[in-house]
Amino acid sequence: MKLLTDLDAIRTLAKGRLDNRRITGQTPESIQYRSVMVCGGTGCTSSDSNAIVDALNREIESLGIQNKAEVVRTGCFGLCELGPVVIVYPEGIFYSRVEVKDIPEIVEQHLLYGTPYEKRIYEQTKKDGELLNFEETDFYKKQVRIALRNCGTIDPEVIDEYIASDGYTALGKVIMTMTPGQVVDTVKRSGLRGRGGGGFNTGLKWEFAAKQEKTQKFIICNADEGDPGAFMDRSILEGNPHAVIEAMAIAGYAIGASQGFVYVRAEYPIAVQRLMKALDQARKYELLGDNVLGTGFKFDIDVRLGAGAFVCGEETALIHSIEGFRGMPTPKPPFPAVQGLWNEPTIINNVETLANIPQIILNGADWYASIGTEKSKGTKVFALGGKVVNTGLVEVPMGITLREVIFEIGGGIPNGKKFKAVQTGGPSGGCLTEEHLDCTIDFDTLTSLGSMMGSGGMIIMDEDTCMVDVARFYLDFTRDESCGKCTPCRIGTKRLLELLDKITEGKGTLADLDKMESLSLQIKNSSLCALGQTAPNPVLSTIKYFRDEYVAHITEQKCPAGVCKSLISYEIDAQLCKGCSLCARKCPTDAISGKPKEPYVIEKATCIKCGVCFDVCKFKAVMIV
Amino acid sequence: MEEQLTSGCGATAEADIDEKLEKIEAAIEQFRSIKGALIPVLHEVQDVYGYLPEKILQIVSRALNLPMSEIYGVASFYHFFSLTPKGDNIIRVCMGTACYIKGAQALLDRFSTELKVPVQGTTEDNKFTLEATRCLGACGLAPVLTIGEKVHGRLVPNNVPKILKEY
Repeated sequence: MKLLTDLDAIRTLAKGRLDNRRITGQTPESIQYRSVMVCGGTGCTSSDSNAIVDALNREIESLGIQNKAEVVRTGCFGLCELGPVVIVYPEGIFYSRVEVKDIPEIVEQHLLYGTPYEKRIYEQTKKDGELLNFEETDFYKKQVRIALRNCGTIDPEVIDEYIASDGYTALGKVIMTMTPGQVVDTVKRSGLRGRGGGGFNTGLKWEFAAKQEKTQKFIICNADEGDPGAFMDRSILEGNPHAVIEAMAIAGYAIGASQGFVYVRAEYPIAVQRLMKALDQARKYELLGDNVLGTGFKFDIDVRLGAGAFVCGEETALIHSIEGFRGMPTPKPPFPAVQGLWNEPTIINNVETLANIPQIILNGADWYASIGTEKSKGTKVFALGGKVVNTGLVEVPMGITLREVIFEIGGGIPNGKKFKAVQTGGPSGGCLTEEHLDCTIDFDTLTSLGSMMGSGGMIIMDEDTCMVDVARFYLDFTRDESCGKCTPCRIGTKRLLELLDKITEGKGTLADLDKMESLSLQIKNSSLCALGQTAPNPVLSTIKYFRDEYVAHITEQKCPAGVCKSLISYEIDAQLCKGCSLCARKCPTDAISGKPKEPYVIEKATCIKCGVCFDVCKFKAVMIV
Repeated sequence: MEEQLTSGCGATAEADIDEKLEKIEAAIEQFRSIKGALIPVLHEVQDVYGYLPEKILQIVSRALNLPMSEIYGVASFYHFFSLTPKGDNIIRVCMGTACYIKGAQALLDRFSTELKVPVQGTTEDNKFTLEATRCLGACGLAPVLTIGEKVHGRLVPNNVPKILKEY
């Protein structure tokens, strides 16, 4: 049995390891021991970070310098664009796009002789011949890591490291020193709002369930992250799974539940595997089970795999899915906090929401409430993606501006292109424009502009993105994901998509725009759940802010961004064409003909507008007209 | 049921089928007592067979005492489950927003042209199944796709022929 005192002993033992994993400002010569942190998030794992871990261990062993360095596979560092990422402490040297063939030199030069290996050092950390530590770079310096705490500094598969990083202290604190009411009150006062998209006060939700006088209650962690382009929850589960487990146990204590479920996407194999491992470890330490920390408090967690249905992000749909049925929403009330899983009071919290809880308990409600804006407290994790230099995961205080996130942290738009729009909130959100860049990021501002916070996807679009096509993309998604239960959503999204298809094919009329707006409002007002109620947002916001693009598609039959296939064709500029024949050789339908060294011609009837010629031409002779 | 499944197969295939069935039976045993057992069992079937064969679903139906209609309702509701067999290599082109903005559609079209199959189709030689998939969450590698366990990222359509040659 593990008691609080046992945890303290583990903490003391493992603390030394963690102390080395921070930037100390020591001179390279005085460093005796280095911690080599290799990103083990999905992005970096996909570009072979596991092989890098193996190679590092192999090289360190072959040089016999195991006493000089440790290799740790961690959770996500955030800067996925530059993956695989390796960070070396205590200097805070940031290596980017590392390949296995670089490892012998990194180990020999840096770990053995103390000189960082120049070739893979992140450019932004080089300044006037000096090396900055990575925390001073634009990407990191404005970030505040609460939910992503430990991602990048501990091995998520080693529970002792989590414990050494104050892990399970909050759980001990609530069980030993707080009443359930005090826990609910602390969370309520912190101002934490649901990070899955709803934005409801978490403590208030807990209070509803706590008040129910039932013996059986449930805590569900919603890890069915379905927003395309969002990977916050997955990264937290991969990098800091114990924080979610600890938070669920705290929630269980607060509302009087003894059973929890994590509903996680089956498409997230690494997250599932680390979560399972973490659960086993927590059970072994009796941090879960019939007698948590020897106090008699009973709580355990089961995992249920989602099966690819976006609507299961909706609370009632998720509950029906765990019950083994089709994941279709049911009307609220009754709210799950009163009547949820198997009709018992149930709290559903998103992964990121939960990841904040242990820190709120440890540092107090006032501390958390001091971060952020008046009505949106704390931080928010965003997955930056699309046409932005630094694709990746960032955690920023609420109240930061879109400009700071996109242009300072995100590094702006690549290839000298112009910023056009930012999409937040995924398929439920909307597109905002340049004039909104100085608006602050918080729940209420984003909603008032016609978008929403959502779960944290933030997609940046440049001048080459067609906003009508983007709206069509989202509608195609929601139409496909509509569960079909209520008519406005099932048929409305289909009709809306048909209108958008018509416009992208150049067959739309101006009257279609009005039709789309009124249909959108009908869908919003009469759908059963949030999926339908928010599905028209991408359409409404793009019509509002990019009406001229819709009009160009309709009246001029032109796609200004050159994306909509029916409205563009490819031509070869006879002046620029050198007759190299590359396009003709690459064309999959043999639509390009000509004689070498003379201008080539595209036959429009056979051309499928795949754009291969445009991509391969070295002389920029292929034009979109 | 087992007889039907094994008829006409050689000794190795029989052993293989028995082994697969054992796994399914073990999963049924493991989940039978819990509420909401169907979806975890379907996950196991999909994992073992690569899709949900009707004959196996009949076994599940009897074991869990659920009508086939209900199983079909659940299986067809979720994207993750497939009622038809797949090719040896499943190409999953990510159609998340970040990938879409960075040209995933052109990539998908190119696969479709090269393989001469529509999206969700399987090639005649059963070598490839082409799928447009929900966000893989590797947006840093956009546009990205997976073939089996292998991830290919930061692609342009012209990479397609070379990728296909690897398989």
